[in-house]
Parts: sequence; C-alpha cells; structure tokens
Amino acid sequence: MYGGGYIFDEPNRRQLKDEQQHDDPEKLLEFEARITSGAKIEPGDWMPVEYRRQLTRLIEQHAHSEVMGALPEGTWITRAPGFKRKLALIAKVQDEVGHGQLLYNAAETLGKRRETMINDLLSGKSKYSNVFNYPAETWADVTVIGFLIDAAAIVNQVANAKGSYGPYCRALERICYEESFHLKQGHDAFIELATGTKMQRDMVQDALNRWWQPIMHFFGPPDKNSVHSEKLMQWKVKMASNDDMRNQFLDAYVPKIWELGMTLPDANLQKNSEGRWGYSDPDWDLFFKVINGDGPCNSERIKVRKWAEESGRWVRQALMNSANAKVLPVA
Amino acid sequence: MENNSLDPRVNRLHLSDAASLVIVNDGENWNVYEVFHQEKRGAHHEHVGCVHAPSPQLALVFAKEQFGRRKKCVNIWVVRSVDILAFEVEDEDMFANNLDKTYRDASGFKVMEKINKYKAQQREEK
Repeated sequence: MYGGGYIFDEPNRRQLKDEQQHDDPEKLLEFEARITSGAKIEPGDWMPVEYRRQLTRLIEQHAHSEVMGALPEGTWITRAPGFKRKLALIAKVQDEVGHGQLLYNAAETLGKRRETMINDLLSGKSKYSNVFNYPAETWADVTVIGFLIDAAAIVNQVANAKGSYGPYCRALERICYEESFHLKQGHDAFIELATGTKMQRDMVQDALNRWWQPIMHFFGPPDKNSVHSEKLMQWKVKMASNDDMRNQFLDAYVPKIWELGMTLPDANLQKNSEGRWGYSDPDWDLFFKVINGDGPCNSERIKVRKWAEESGRWVRQALMNSANAKVLPVA
Repeated sequence: MENNSLDPRVNRLHLSDAASLVIVNDGENWNVYEVFHQEKRGAHHEHVGCVHAPSPQLALVFAKEQFGRRKKCVNIWVVRSVDILAFEVEDEDMFANNLDKTYRDASGFKVMEKINKYKAQQREEK
C-alpha cells in the first residue's frame, strides 16, 4: 500500500559525492538521454552510482512499509465486525506482505541482499512510512487507514509506476491493481460507519481527527524544504513533487469525506480559485521526531518484527535442509 | 510508557527489547526463483516475477500464493534465477536490423502489384 513521498536519507550522504563524480560522463549522458526518451532502465544496464543508491533506498523503504503496515491492520483481523470484513482484511494483509516480497525482489536487482535489508530494518537503519508508527485504536481507524492511507499510497504509486526503473515499475503495476481492491473495501467500510448510527459516526469522526495529521505528513515535507528532488525527478526516480501529490490527494478525497457530512480538523482546508488546496502546515518537527524513532508505536512495531524474525527462524532452517531432488525438464 | 497496544503479540508475549540485536544471516532467506504463470490451457507461460524459496517444490507453493491468488491461473512454472541464461542488456543492438529483413515478412512480397500489372498488360494487348 504504502510508499510515501518521503525517502529517508542519512544525513552523511555527502560522503558519496566523490564516488558520484566518478560516473563516466559519456555513459551518464547516454543514460539520461535514454530516460528522457521514455525507455526503462533494466538491472544489467549501466547506471549512475547515485541513481542506484537512491532507488535502492526508495524501493527498500517501500518494501519495509508494506510489511510494517500489515502489523497494525493484522491485529484487527480477529476483531473485524463480521465474516466478510474479516475475509477482506485477511486478503488485504496478505496482499500487503506480498507487495513487500515483490518490492524486496525489485530492490535486490540493484545489488542489496534481502537479508541485509531486513537487518537494516531491524536495527533501525532503514525506515518505513511514518504512518505505521501510530496506533489503530478502533475499528474506525482501520477503515480510515484502508480508505485514506491506501488512497494516498495509490496517488504515489501510480506516479512511481511511470518511473524509469523497469523492475520497480513492473512490481508497482501489480501492486496498484491489488490496491484498487484495498481502497474500495476501505471506502466501503468507512461509508458503512459514516452513514450509520450516531455512535458509529462519532467513532469515524474521532478516527479522522486523529489520523489527519499523519495523512498530511504522508507525502513528506513541503517542496520548499526538499533538498534533492530535482535530479531524482530528471532521472524519473521521483515522478511528482510532494506538494503536487498532496494536492492531488486532497482534490480527490476531501470531497468524498465532506459529502458524508464528516469534518476534517483543519479550518484552513479549502480549495483556492486556482484549483490548489490550502491547508495549515502540519507539525513537521513531529514528523521528523517520529521518523527518528520517537513515535507512539516505533518501538512496538520493531519489537514485533524482531519477534517474527526470531520465531520464524527454525521454520526457515528446517526447510533449508530439504534435498533438491532432480526434476525432468518441463518443456 | 504504559502499553495500550491492541496487538496480542505485544500484550501477551515477552518481546525482546527493540534495542536488542537480531541478525538475519546471509542466505537465510533462501534462493531466488523466477515465476512463469499460464492464464489458460494452451496459452504461453508468462514471466510474472520472483519468489524466494529453499527448494523448487516450495518455490511452486510460494508462487501459487504470490501470483495465483487472483484472476485466472491454470499452471505455474518456477526456475532458479541462476539457471536463466540471457544476453547482456548492452547487446541490444544485435537485434537492430530485424526490422530490415522484409524478406522474412509476408509484407515483403507484393504479389498484387505484379498481378495487376500483368492484367493491365493483358488488357492493352487485346
């Protein structure tokens, strides 16, 4: 579901500048011309050091987000109201973990081993989308996640699917297809509460109030603070600016919330005459605080992920020993 | 901090500290297999992605979960990624003159032109 607009970068990234300068200028020109012409880059192709590094980070963090995003939702499977909602939630959680697999594969084509990526997640070195460091307190939270966070992720992923790196685009194509089901089931569950009893409406309103800020954070800091966007956009690693994606999201989904008589906790939220949405700046200090480990659920999420890794190890090792029997050619 | 988590794994298990070290060893996530699925009997198998698996048999099981859980699928192949032999992407130019080989194409042979020319000639002779 869940690639956000923000790609965490380590503060010491300048150390790579020297290496970057070693890119063969002739090959770099050829590479950039290929991207401009709309052709895809494939794993065996020459690529600038910085392109490989940025893409690895982007795809890896996207993969981690899929897997970590399944944790708050997975918890709700047993509590989901009714059999159909449970089935849909199980299917969604399975999809998200599957998306993680697809994305780890795409990231691996750039040379980083899957085990290293998991180790970096567990040690806190690589990040995942900030929204999953918040708790899903009620069933209404699950509907808000399924509706609005998946919708936000789709805005981002549809854009990225037109990017320059072949394996990432192919993974996203499949992901976007499955996400459309996530969004629809989320919207359906959201509408059921929003058109229900007063208690149900209050519950969904409360969830909206609590999730609005993390949702505004989702696409990352405003463009005026973005440092390295220009090159990434030229290389089609990043396909749209954070503010543009946020605007696109607001344009499509705020009316869908308002039409149900729900409100959003921002008095300045409105569309201006040029078609751009105005809003109060969310607390960006909080955003960075949560990224750096100080959100309400950071520690809990990593603990659970570590537990899964440790508890699953004996299964992985037991399977490892099976002898690979010789098989006949298939065709 | 008080733990209000709804997650039973957090509430009921004694989870190790988030700061403790868990290391996944190289190779622990097994090998990579390429997956090809067939949408209907008689169609080609098409490459759809990869899975990590410890053996071909389990690669098939995982591939079914990953690529066969929606839409029509009647069969799946898996093959170890290391066993795939491919041309270097850089050598793309060796296919460049394919489009010049009109003698390999039906469109490279203009029979109607010749027939019409012959018929026109016949009419003139009469």
